Amino acid sequence: MDKDINIKLKVWRQRGPKERGHFESYSLKGISQGSSFLEMLDVLNEQLVSEGKEPITFDHDCREGICGMCSLYINGHPHGPDTEITTCQLHMRKFEDGAEITVEPWRSAGFPVIRDLMVDRYAYDKIIQAGGFVSVNTGGVPDANAIPIPKRDAEEAMDAAACIGCGACAAACKNGSAMLFVSAKVSQLSLLPQGKVEAARRAQAMIAKMDELGFGNCTNTRACEAECPKGVSISHIARLNREFIKANLAD
Amino acid sequence: MWLLNSSVGRKVVMSLSGVFLILFLLFHLAMNITAVFSAEAYNMICELLGSNWYALLGTAVLAGGFGVHMVMALWLTWQNLQARGSSRYAVSDRPKNVSWSSQNMFVIGLVVCGFLLLHFAQFWYHMMFAELIGYHEVEVGGKMIGTTDGASFINYYFSHLWVVIAYLIWYVALWLHLTHGLWSALQTVGLSNRIWINRWKVITYVVATLICGGFGFVTLFFYIKSLLS
Repeated sequence: MDKDINIKLKVWRQRGPKERGHFESYSLKGISQGSSFLEMLDVLNEQLVSEGKEPITFDHDCREGICGMCSLYINGHPHGPDTEITTCQLHMRKFEDGAEITVEPWRSAGFPVIRDLMVDRYAYDKIIQAGGFVSVNTGGVPDANAIPIPKRDAEEAMDAAACIGCGACAAACKNGSAMLFVSAKVSQLSLLPQGKVEAARRAQAMIAKMDELGFGNCTNTRACEAECPKGVSISHIARLNREFIKANLAD
Repeated sequence: MWLLNSSVGRKVVMSLSGVFLILFLLFHLAMNITAVFSAEAYNMICELLGSNWYALLGTAVLAGGFGVHMVMALWLTWQNLQARGSSRYAVSDRPKNVSWSSQNMFVIGLVVCGFLLLHFAQFWYHMMFAELIGYHEVEVGGKMIGTTDGASFINYYFSHLWVVIAYLIWYVALWLHLTHGLWSALQTVGLSNRIWINRWKVITYVVATLICGGFGFVTLFFYIKSLLS
């Protein structure tokens, strides 16, 4: 049964990208365990505004786990202690009465803090712009039987396409590597006939952009896979490596 | 050159040099196991290798592979620290399925290197190196031992408890390094997928346990032998 709980929050506050940040502590009373984590933050912000203080800045949009905007690092885990969910899908019933919750922004050189808990994730868009697309107009949705695609490939591509680009992979990675994201964006296209044509060029362009933006080198710790809200597998990283190596050997 | 200019390329170099070093460990283990069965056979191998040109060439190639692995480790680790950024998480928690060794490969590698220096000082310095600078006998523990009399070196060093304990710690560190290293290397060169990742992991644990268990067995065998004699 959901109860009302009292919690202590330790939240990262930082006024701007160049400012020094620090933790600030807040107490909240009577938070329903049925509320979501973001609703709890809304309650806290209401409280701060009524006290005449600056509310906490954090990213959020759809609040149903598909847009990839929410991005909090809660008690040592991106998107909190639950598995395969985004922060907006996290509920307060995951926390006990009297819990102390530490909320931090993504910390990675590729994702500089804009303010408080909000980070700049434009780097991921730049990687997509480098090659995460199909160059020709492939028309409308074709009939399912028009281009036969093996079931296994279709499933693999669909699993990769589940990536919402939230940045949890790079945030969880001790190397600040974006490989899980890049590999998902490569796999979702290269497994399908429309995307296969440019597969080699795409892998090279996206890896080059990823390196240029200062993301780290993957060491296969699997932290990304464990923290990914969409359960994207590191088998996509192996595929990306394979395609990148093949493309360079062919050159 | 893509092998040095791209993140994946550098990791491929790291992986291939690592796999090369694992192959050498298997070769080294085969030699050590020989000593258990026959001191003569082991000394025969020592004489065969000694400081002959092919052994020197092999050592040079091995040192090269080792050097590449270390330089790459320093380079990649430094880059990864930069990519992580200057501010650290206040709270961090290792997720399930993430092995401790996978996140500490550099430190474990340093430990392995540290014990390797001890190993060089005890064996290689008195054997191949001594021969190279013109000695055929060296004084070890108050006795003169021939530079190709490997069996006597083993008997001497592995009769000391502290040496045995140091070597066993070394093998544990090596085991931790290999249990992440081998499958990770194969994943990096792209030889993995949803099915093979689990197969490679099993193979990795078998190979790592075989190598480190084998070395441990030989070490303990000679220690116990020294106690009984």
